[in-house]
Amino acid sequence: MAGGKKTRVLVAKPGLDGHDVGAKIVARALMQAGFDVIYTGLRKTPEEIARSACDEDVDVLGLSILSGSHIPICRRLKALLQEHDLTDILWLVGGNIPQKDHEELKALGVDAVFAVGTPTHAIIDFIRERVS
Amino acid sequence: MSRRDEADLKTVFNESGVEIKPVYAATDVEQSGGWDGIGSPGEFPFTRGIHKHMYRKQPWTMRQYAGFGTPEETNRRFGYLIANGQTGLNVAFDLPTQVGLDSDDPQAEGEVGRVGMAVDTLKDFEIAFEGIDLDKITVSLTINGAAAILIAMYFAMAEKRGYDVRSLRGTAQNDILKEFIGRGTWIFPVAPSIKLVGDTILYCAQSAPRYSPVSVCGYHIRESGANPAQEMAYAFCIAKAYMDHVLERGLKIDEFASRLSFNFDIHGDIFEQVAKFRAGRRLWARILKEEYQAQEPRSLWLRMIAGGGGGGLTREQPENNIVRGAYYALISALSGTQTMALCSYDEAYTIPSEKAARISLRTMQILIEEMGLCNTVDPLAGSYYVETLTNQMEERIRAVMDEVDTRGGIVRAIAEGHIQNAVSREAFENLRKLERGETRKVGVNCYRVEEEQPQVAFHPFNEGACAEQIERLERLRAERDNPAVESALRGVLAEAKAGRNVMPSVVEAVKAYATVGELTRCLVEVYGRYDEPVRF
Repeated sequence: MAGGKKTRVLVAKPGLDGHDVGAKIVARALMQAGFDVIYTGLRKTPEEIARSACDEDVDVLGLSILSGSHIPICRRLKALLQEHDLTDILWLVGGNIPQKDHEELKALGVDAVFAVGTPTHAIIDFIRERVS
Repeated sequence: MSRRDEADLKTVFNESGVEIKPVYAATDVEQSGGWDGIGSPGEFPFTRGIHKHMYRKQPWTMRQYAGFGTPEETNRRFGYLIANGQTGLNVAFDLPTQVGLDSDDPQAEGEVGRVGMAVDTLKDFEIAFEGIDLDKITVSLTINGAAAILIAMYFAMAEKRGYDVRSLRGTAQNDILKEFIGRGTWIFPVAPSIKLVGDTILYCAQSAPRYSPVSVCGYHIRESGANPAQEMAYAFCIAKAYMDHVLERGLKIDEFASRLSFNFDIHGDIFEQVAKFRAGRRLWARILKEEYQAQEPRSLWLRMIAGGGGGGLTREQPENNIVRGAYYALISALSGTQTMALCSYDEAYTIPSEKAARISLRTMQILIEEMGLCNTVDPLAGSYYVETLTNQMEERIRAVMDEVDTRGGIVRAIAEGHIQNAVSREAFENLRKLERGETRKVGVNCYRVEEEQPQVAFHPFNEGACAEQIERLERLRAERDNPAVESALRGVLAEAKAGRNVMPSVVEAVKAYATVGELTRCLVEVYGRYDEPVRF
């Protein structure tokens, strides 16, 4: 955290999936770990998420997806992040993500995939290591 | 046990916060409220079950949650489950259907047919239920935000098939208030959402008196983090909110109370669960009798589906979930449920495979056929521990309900986000306890093994389902009598604007093959959309 600025994290729920227990837990854990956390609420479009990431000037974008539609969502978001010149943002995806899709998500620019059950400190440590 | 021995023992609390003693005796029952509330099965206060002979007469209904891809694919899975002895259906809808979008809506991209069956019009229901005898197999629709539309579609489909809607049985989940707490498939703001639930209750009381228009869900509130006492308390508060609304609109309590049903969750401590259900049954009967002056015995019944919850299952060592499922089914049977369902062992990963779904079904069938569970009603009655805990759980549930009342009632507490906040705080604390090892979960924080990618066969997502669905929708839009559809939609709009019951007009519109999206847009025009209070 250079210059004392707190790391800013946007926790987002894209798509139509309404399961927000995980997103809220992660948001709360990150806040307690000292990050500035913004949570979008449910059912945000990739466009809305990219705009929020830009407006809020965040360092980290974390998506929570449990419906299985992570690939189409991340495909659209990739283009939008490029459009908003946000490619240097740390991009995380959490949720019910099968192992076989991890590589494809990484190829789209996702920095890390955290499957359901990942300890919250693993996410915190990863962000601290990568955002400095 | 000597006092010194006992002092060495660790203090134990169940999840609802009741302290658990190492040994129970008759005095514990007496001190916690006595034996008087136990009664007999089939009699007030129904602690021991709503029927006199329970499973001796008829085992519970087995109703696994199923649905994916196109209506054709879902129809095949229904057929498979019925061929394997399933006695009811519980339909899973895809997310666009649940939030009132057509399959070709840009917001539906990537979601069509993914977590459930895609439905756009009555045509899809005709396909999905083809060949299924709706008198023999009761159907439960897991739909909430768009429930009025899908219930109308179910009635229209049944009528078209020659069934008399007046004698049609079945259930819709249609519990919108819990969607604001967990699960999240809301569409309209809180007040018109309750009004729509009221519309369906009033409509069914008049036109489909054997249908259960609402299944109030503690299940998803528990899955979102609530403890068992909160689960039941919030569900009761929600059910009361619907009842109060309908009473205000002029219906008498005995004209609809017996058609309300409940959906509860099972995971965690066996005895806490059993006591929760016995206490809940008693408390509900007392509420209906004392607060609502219901006269009909059926109005006092807590009818329920009690299902093995996904929240208790693990991604780690998924085969262990088969064992957990068997215990959950046992709890459900010991609790006197009417209907049972189990999350399948692979559900932390995928839509259940045929094999996993069959194992869940077989788990329940083994209980029925081999374990003697249907022979005797409420076999745990009279146990010092279970009766004490039943008394204590009743008190806990009532305390949570009182707390909600002091905060201005459940509707306000949900609209302002207080319940959501309380539940997500619990979820966070539960996770913390798990991470610190205070709560132990086999395979998660103890008895771990280095796992290769677990051997779970993923349900293949049908990439073609979306294109197929959109093609059918476009064909239908071209072929249907569009002026008739437009006129029917104008009818819905007029009824909604006038504040009248929209159900009759929605039934007419779905019969003309109006789409889920068209009808939802109509209602949004009048009611608006829910603005989520974002908190974590």
